[in-house]
Amino acid sequence: MGKDRYYRIMDKKATRDSYGEALVMLAEKRPDLIVLDADLAAATKTGIYKKAYPDRFFDCGIAEADMMGVAAGIATTGKLVFASSFAMFAAGRAFEIVRNSICYPHLNVKIGATHAGISVGEDGASHQCNEDIALMRVLPGMTVINPADDVETKAAVLAMADYVGPTYMRFGRLAIPTFNDPKTYKFELGKGIELRSGNDIAIIATGLMVNEAIEAGKILAEQGINARVINIHTIKPIDRDIIIRAAKETGKIITVEEHSVIGGLGSAVSEVVTETVSVPVIKIGVQDKFGHSGPAVPLLKEFGLCADNIVKVTKEALGK
Amino acid sequence: MDQVHKKQLEINAAKVRLGIIEGVYGAKCGHPGGSLSICDTLTYLYFNRMNIDPENPSMPDRDRLVLSKGHTAPALYSVLANRGFFPVEDLKTLRHIDSYLQGHPVLGKIPGVDMSTGSLGQGISAACGMALSGKLDNDIYRVYAVLGDGELEEGLVWEAAMLAAHYQLDNLVAVVDNNGLQIDGKISEVMSPYPIDEKFKAFGWHVIVIDGHDFDAIEKAFNEAETVANQPTAIILKTTKGKGVSYMENQVGWHGKAPNEEEYNTAIAELKAKLDELTK
Repeated sequence: MGKDRYYRIMDKKATRDSYGEALVMLAEKRPDLIVLDADLAAATKTGIYKKAYPDRFFDCGIAEADMMGVAAGIATTGKLVFASSFAMFAAGRAFEIVRNSICYPHLNVKIGATHAGISVGEDGASHQCNEDIALMRVLPGMTVINPADDVETKAAVLAMADYVGPTYMRFGRLAIPTFNDPKTYKFELGKGIELRSGNDIAIIATGLMVNEAIEAGKILAEQGINARVINIHTIKPIDRDIIIRAAKETGKIITVEEHSVIGGLGSAVSEVVTETVSVPVIKIGVQDKFGHSGPAVPLLKEFGLCADNIVKVTKEALGK
Repeated sequence: MDQVHKKQLEINAAKVRLGIIEGVYGAKCGHPGGSLSICDTLTYLYFNRMNIDPENPSMPDRDRLVLSKGHTAPALYSVLANRGFFPVEDLKTLRHIDSYLQGHPVLGKIPGVDMSTGSLGQGISAACGMALSGKLDNDIYRVYAVLGDGELEEGLVWEAAMLAAHYQLDNLVAVVDNNGLQIDGKISEVMSPYPIDEKFKAFGWHVIVIDGHDFDAIEKAFNEAETVANQPTAIILKTTKGKGVSYMENQVGWHGKAPNEEEYNTAIAELKAKLDELTK
C-alpha cells in the first residue's frame, strides 16, 4: 500500500495571500527589501507589505514593462527587489524586458506573479495565463518556482530571497488547502518532494495541482493502484534525479499542471525522460486552447485539472 | 568653461572619435553615425562630470550612465577606454567572436558599463530604478540615461518618463541625442516624436535644449540640471549624426554600417588632422 507523507489542516489559503504575508516576514530581516507593483497591490497581496512598509513600496502604475526595468535598475545597486503583477502581464507583457534587462545581465530580481492559470476564473481568458512557465523557463539563468500551498509559498519566498539571481515565482488566486506541515517543511531549491510512495505509476504535479494529485493518489489507492505522487515546486532547475528514479521505478509518468501542456512542467519532465529512461509521459494540463469565464473550481474541472480526471487518466494509462 | 579645459575636452573627443572609427572598422559593422553625434556629451560626462574611478568601476557611490541607445556602444566603449577603464587597443576587437566588447553594452562583462542595453526604451527604465534606489540612499550618486531621438518612439520611454516625474527623481538626467535620423530616414518622416521638449515638459520634466557639440553649452546644461529640485531633467541635444567625419555627417546611410578601407583611411586622416590641429 502507498503511504501518505503529508499533513492536512482545515484552512484554505490562496498562495497570493501567502506571498503577501511572506514579504512582511522577509522585510523584518531584510532592510534592503523593495517591493514594486503595477496597480494591483490589492490583488497580488503586495498590499499587505505596502501597508506595513509604505516607504519601501513603490507603485509603478499600470506599466508592467517599466516596472521590470525599474526592478532591474534597483537590482544593479545591490538591493533586494520583488516586482509583482498578474502572471499574464509579468511574464507576458513584460517578457522582453525580463529577458534583456533582468536575465541577460543576470540581475537579482524576484518576480512575484499572481493570478496564474485558469483558476483566475471570472475575468476570463484575457487574464488566465497558461503560458508563463514556458515563457520564463526558456530564459537563460531564470529560476522558476511554482509552490503548492501556503507553507511551501512562504518557505519558497524566504529561501529565494537568499538566492542571488533572477527568479520567477508563480502564485494563484484560488484558496487551496494547506497540506505541508509548517513545523517540518523545508524548501530546497531544485528538489522535488515525494508525497506518496508507489511503483505502479508516477503522478508529477506542480502548484495548485499538487493537492489534486494527492487526492487522486488516495482514490487510486482505494482501488488498489499505488501511484507515486511527486511535487515539483521548482520547474527550473528541475530535479532530474527524482524524475529519472520515477521513470525507472514506475515505468509511466503523468504530469499535472495548471498551464498549457506545451512548454510547462510536462515538457520539462519529458525533456528529462527522453534523454534518459524513455517512458511514456502523459500530460494533464490546458490543451492548447484559451480558457473562458466562470467560477474557478468548475473551470478547473472542465479542463480536467482535478483529482477525478487524474484518476481517470491514470487508470486509462494502466489499462484499467 | 575655461579655454584650457575646453581644449582638453576637444582633444579627448577627437581621440574618442578615432576610437569609434577603429572599433566600427575593426568590427566591419556597427553604428558610427549615432556614436559620433553623442560623442561630445559622453566625453564631457566621463572626463569632466561623473564621479567615477577607472580603477574601481563598480564603486557603490559612483555616478551611473545607462546608454539607452545601446547601439552606439562604439562611443561608450571608446570613452571608457580613453578614460582608462580598459585598453584603447581593445576597441579594434569590437564585435569579434573572442572579444568582451559585445555589439551592445553588457553589464558585468565590460568595465565601466552600468547596464546591459540594446533593446530600445529599456535603458531609461533601468536608470529610473537606479535613481529611485539612490534616493533611498540619500542621493549619493547621480544617474544619466542617454537616449536616441528615434528611441522616443518606444512607449516604454514614456512609462519611465511618467515614473521619474512621479517619484521626483531629481538625481536623474535623460540626455536625448536629437540628430534627426533613424534607420529608415528622418525621424520627422518615419514617426515624428516632435515636439520633444514639450513632451518632456508635459510629463513633468525640467527641459533644456542645447547645441550638443558646444562644450560650453553642455557644461552649462549639466550645471543647471544639478540645481533642479524635485523633478528630473531632460537635456535635448541638437546634434549632427556622423559629426566629425565629413562624408558621414547627416547621412542616414551611416546609421549602421562600417567604412570600407578607403573610407576608413579618409575618416582617420580627417580626425588625425583635427587632433594635430588641437595639439600643435
